[in-house]
Amino acid sequence: MKGEVLGGLGLHMAETDNVVTAIDDLETGATIPTADETIEVGEDVPFGHKIAIVPIERGERIVKYGETIGEASEPIDPGEWVHTHNCESTRGRGDLADATGGSA
Amino acid sequence: MATFEGYPRPDGRAGVRNYVAVLPTSVAASAIAKRIADRAGDDVRATPHQMGTDPPSATRKQIERVLVGVGRNPNVGAALVVELGTESIDADGVADSIAKTGKPTETLSIREAGGTTAAVADGESIARELQVDTAGVSRQERDAGELVFGVECGGSDATSGIAANPAVGAACDRLVRDGGTASFSETPEFIGAEHILADRCVDDELRERLLDRVERRESTAQLMGVDLRGAQPTPGNQEGGLTTIEEKSLGAISKGGTTPVRGLVEYAESLPVGGGLVLMDTPGYDVESVVGKVAGGAQVIAFTTGRGSTTGNPIAPVIKVTGNPKTAAKMRSNMDVDASTVIDGESIDSVGERIYEMLLRVAGGEPTAAEIRRLEEFAINELQPNELAELRGGA
Repeated sequence: MKGEVLGGLGLHMAETDNVVTAIDDLETGATIPTADETIEVGEDVPFGHKIAIVPIERGERIVKYGETIGEASEPIDPGEWVHTHNCESTRGRGDLADATGGSA
Repeated sequence: MATFEGYPRPDGRAGVRNYVAVLPTSVAASAIAKRIADRAGDDVRATPHQMGTDPPSATRKQIERVLVGVGRNPNVGAALVVELGTESIDADGVADSIAKTGKPTETLSIREAGGTTAAVADGESIARELQVDTAGVSRQERDAGELVFGVECGGSDATSGIAANPAVGAACDRLVRDGGTASFSETPEFIGAEHILADRCVDDELRERLLDRVERRESTAQLMGVDLRGAQPTPGNQEGGLTTIEEKSLGAISKGGTTPVRGLVEYAESLPVGGGLVLMDTPGYDVESVVGKVAGGAQVIAFTTGRGSTTGNPIAPVIKVTGNPKTAAKMRSNMDVDASTVIDGESIDSVGERIYEMLLRVAGGEPTAAEIRRLEEFAINELQPNELAELRGGA
């Protein structure tokens, strides 16, 4: 598998990633050791879903595979589940085209 | 040198199956085509579809390209083109284009036969005769480099990009090393990962064309004043942990492996033999996308899934690969390769080797799970109004 499994629970795919992928169904309170500290998972996170491992500010890029997968739509704490409720795509956003004066 | 046992065709290509294909030119001939195939014997396969009898011109050309491409696929030893008789598609024209490969080709008109009962009887008789021709062809040793391997994903989840897709990618890298062609498609699922593919393009012209195609798919959403989020990732993808199209795309492109991108062809356009990694510009619907690559000449398909998928194809064997341990367990009977072992520590390269060995065995005749169960989905991509407008130069 590409990347490193932290604590047998979270797959960190590239060094610059600010999220890990749960490789098991994680319960609240599960701990994931990162290079700097140990993260406590703040809510139940299903297999395959993502967890922040550092504080992420609103508007900051979410990075997985060492690449940008979206932007934080609200501040995210380490240990928080990262999904559609707090991470937005920046691509194919025809809904934003008018607001930014883009082609419609 | 890697080899497989394949059927030699008059145009020099090698088939991995030896079918008589029954190709309806419209939905109006599809039920009859299916009935003919069901009655005429074990090696007859129909490609029923939903396209109408009198489509717009650009759509008609796309249907013709698919039918001709499927008929020319080396897995087809002989073809029967079936029409109702009122279609704007010229069945004789389709048959002539298929016959240029040197394979026996016939046509049947339901109208001229005197209705459906007579057409089924006539069609069965023609298909049985064609099987006599194809039965005379035997497998012989062929170079693995003659394989065109189409790769597809459907029902993706987070495991797709972690396990199944990179493992299939490792198999693609092996085939390309051995001189073959690998192809993947679904341009909407390049969005957010196109910079990686662009960097791997062998020249600037290809690079520009690829970026242009991705932009065109993305701007479809912009033209309509909506965003992709309702459709991409799908609600199922989201449940499986995929949050954005960028994340889905970054996982999806890994199924093509790591070799340079050597070409980009249209939906159902012919894929080169010995061509390395070649992309096909298709919409993001897996069944249509598989059909596009089979029409392009792919003899075998690998199909990765996270959440589960059962789809096959009437003409090309489909190898099912899952990286999700729950899907591997629950849908064991529909899966050919369990790549979820990656999550327990098996290397991607090792799973890639297993998939490559399976590809050669399937090419040599080993049936896949979808073939055993006769799962033979077939659908032709229908051009959308905005695409038709663009092709007329009106967009």
